Amino acid sequence: MGEMEQLRKEAESLKDQITAARKAVADATLPDTVSSTAVVGRVQLKTRKTLRGHLAKIYAMHWATDAKLCVSASQDGKLIVWDTLTTNKVNAIPLKSSWVMTCAYAPSGNMVACGGLDNMCSIYNLKGKDGNVKVMRELAAHTGYLSCCRFLSDSEIITSSGDCTCLLWDIETGTQKTTFAGHLGDCMSLAVPGDFKTFVSGACDFTAKLWDIRDSNCTHTFSGHESDVNAIAFFPNGNAVITGSDDATCKLFDLRSDQELITYQDSSIMCGVTSIAPSLSGRLILAGYDDFNVNIWDSLKAERVGVLAGHDNRVSCIGVSTDGMACCTGSWDSFLPSFSFKGQDNVMRLCKQNKQQYL
Amino acid sequence: MSNNNAVGSLAVAQKAVKQLRLEASVRRIKVSQAAMDLRNFCLQNATKDPLLMGVPSGDNPFRPPKSCTIF
Repeated sequence: MGEMEQLRKEAESLKDQITAARKAVADATLPDTVSSTAVVGRVQLKTRKTLRGHLAKIYAMHWATDAKLCVSASQDGKLIVWDTLTTNKVNAIPLKSSWVMTCAYAPSGNMVACGGLDNMCSIYNLKGKDGNVKVMRELAAHTGYLSCCRFLSDSEIITSSGDCTCLLWDIETGTQKTTFAGHLGDCMSLAVPGDFKTFVSGACDFTAKLWDIRDSNCTHTFSGHESDVNAIAFFPNGNAVITGSDDATCKLFDLRSDQELITYQDSSIMCGVTSIAPSLSGRLILAGYDDFNVNIWDSLKAERVGVLAGHDNRVSCIGVSTDGMACCTGSWDSFLPSFSFKGQDNVMRLCKQNKQQYL
Repeated sequence: MSNNNAVGSLAVAQKAVKQLRLEASVRRIKVSQAAMDLRNFCLQNATKDPLLMGVPSGDNPFRPPKSCTIF
């Protein structure tokens, strides 16, 4: 057993090396760097549109790159593509499996994808010749639930799964090209930056990992959270990631200095974070929590500067449009009796800035 | 006693060490530069951030027009 002991010692030594290397570049802190920057004024977002149509909890939503259309997935077994300006439903796609947990819009606008407890990622072609939306591919290989999926292009998609891996797929052939293995717990979420060369994943092993898509290597592992990382997003400049966890905090990890720069937490917040999205400049971080509130954080000052509207807006997912104009939340109001579909249940709300804010 | 478990654990341990070597070898920039870049990005793009700054009603595609005429 000499070699095992040797490997164990080398692993410990390498972990110490990484800790030391991170400390060596920690010549400042984010709070110190922004000490002379004022906190943003109170942010008040007003609901501008309500998208009605789902009959059960909305689990996920994703904006199209045109910032007008978006797709939402509900456990009523439907994917709905919305025109957010008119609130019209462009497509209502019935799903084979209603246990959907994620959905995604391809950057081209030609396809949407979804998946969940069926362990598969189903790709739908929105631009079929006869106008009908049909399943184009069913990507099956994961041995656990599909927690998240994101298109790189019309021919490639990345999925994350409860089987602790992420996969890169060739949509054309329906086969897996690359396996990203390393997480020690269910992968819950993934995010792709603008250059599509890397991606980040958050998992139930309390870490976030940065992966190189082409060579399949994990180049950075970010620890610090004390529970599952449920939500992850790139900071708009691509140099940092923001995470949301069951430990009731969000964190910002910088990729180039390979460490956590700040934690977004408040002693009054005691429930897990379910979804996270930055505003266009990255200055605001919108985070959805298990109590269905959305808190808006000043990303630099780590102060809470707003909440999304009150009791009737219980949020399960969140997304900021690509032009930064609007934030869309999927909500599920459990106060309504389940036999009644009247009222404001299962809606998507678009929120916009109410008034001028002063920096 | 089967050797398989021992071989399996060894492979896992070797993989873990290989991964740690890779992560230890990445280049790191100073936090002062990273933090400054974040701050500058936020401030430079602030005016383009509609959720932060708000937009005039006329430019807001989600806001209904004030009046309409029906013929």
